[in-house]
Amino acid sequence: MFRSFGPTEFLLLAQGLRWTVGLTALAFAGSGLLGLAILLCRTAEARALRWAAEIWIQVIQGTPLLGHLFVVFFGLALFGLDVPRWLAATVALSIYGSAFLAEIWRGAVQAIPKGQREASRALGMRSYHELRLVILPQALMIAIPPTVGFLVQLIKNTSLASVIGLVELSREAQLVNGATFAPFLVYLCTSGLYFVLCFPLTWLSRGLEKRFSRSR
Amino acid sequence: MNYSFHFAPVINRLDLLLSGLVTTVWVSFMAILLGFALGLAGAYAIRSRWTWLRLVLGAYVEAIRNTPLLAQLFFIYFGLPGLGIRLDAISAAMIALVVNLGAYTTEIVRGGLDAVPAGQTDAGLALGFTRVQVFFLIVLKPALKIMFPALAGQFTLLMLATSILSQIGVEDLFHMASLIDSATYRSFEVYLVTCGFYLALALCFRLAFALLYWIVFSERAPAELPPTVATT
Repeated sequence: MFRSFGPTEFLLLAQGLRWTVGLTALAFAGSGLLGLAILLCRTAEARALRWAAEIWIQVIQGTPLLGHLFVVFFGLALFGLDVPRWLAATVALSIYGSAFLAEIWRGAVQAIPKGQREASRALGMRSYHELRLVILPQALMIAIPPTVGFLVQLIKNTSLASVIGLVELSREAQLVNGATFAPFLVYLCTSGLYFVLCFPLTWLSRGLEKRFSRSR
Repeated sequence: MNYSFHFAPVINRLDLLLSGLVTTVWVSFMAILLGFALGLAGAYAIRSRWTWLRLVLGAYVEAIRNTPLLAQLFFIYFGLPGLGIRLDAISAAMIALVVNLGAYTTEIVRGGLDAVPAGQTDAGLALGFTRVQVFFLIVLKPALKIMFPALAGQFTLLMLATSILSQIGVEDLFHMASLIDSATYRSFEVYLVTCGFYLALALCFRLAFALLYWIVFSERAPAELPPTVATT
């Protein structure tokens, strides 16, 4: 009948981490690329691009991730594409993440005092050198801690991919629970595994923030 | 792509979506009210002189902030019955949301309290106010003013996150969407319209918070000043 929840079942549960980590990595890369594109549109000369980026951010931040998942999952199917679940989840999480990363990074770029730009111009720097040697090194320092913080959000949000049937940690928990019927232990261990994944990053983000704010 | 969109089956069931919307709104509203109260209490207590209290609250905040809401919800709804604690879906959902928001609010308000200069507290104590009076009458309002954007953002995120409650069968907006989906097989259309509802709700939240900020925190100038000067 029911199996008891022992070390073997714990390992089974922990196998769910593979897709939790894998999906996080894929979605982080996707969010980063898309977020960079949104950031460039947001700071572009053309007003239409700026507006498009602004609308994108408002719409994505005003709708739930669960909605993005379903719209992408069923939307891609409309094109006759037989998309695997992990790809649909990656696309949805990337769309979701792009809006947040673009905002975080825009804040970092804007935090650089105007005088820095003016000084590099006065020194005769080309805009490429100005960006590479003056703006980016400082903006990265400001952007890294909240970006790591966002990574924690992303890890937690991969749990929603379970609703479209991707077998990551949360879905694995439901499966193991179905086999062992030890819900208290199963869900406690699940939360514990998420914590083990997220807490070091939270701690790192906080440490980096302290260090960077001291060095400025 | 040769797919023709059919929104009519969705529009015909708009009443279902609206009843789900009502649930989403009141669940969000109650969770924000209670979660905010819990967060205020947490932020007050986490600055306590008792080390054990600080440690317990710190552990609570970290445990919640480093695990997904879905896992917390499953733990409360499916896990606790293993210990003999049975809750219906809406109670489990309410507890999960309040405990979750309480942790985030504790962290946000704590940051706001730290940003109020210590001299304010010293001045209040020197004038003979008790610590509780100093907290509520002197420190809290400027702290909340500093943290208002962060709090409003967190509350809006919570409203969007209530869509997760559909996973344990709370009949919220998202649950209604999946009902219509399984009745009509117009999945894409249903979820697109549902996202529209959430977007409208998020915009209403933004308006409401802007209004609230204006009512609570706007500096009202003395009556004799002309209105052009007063609205700064």
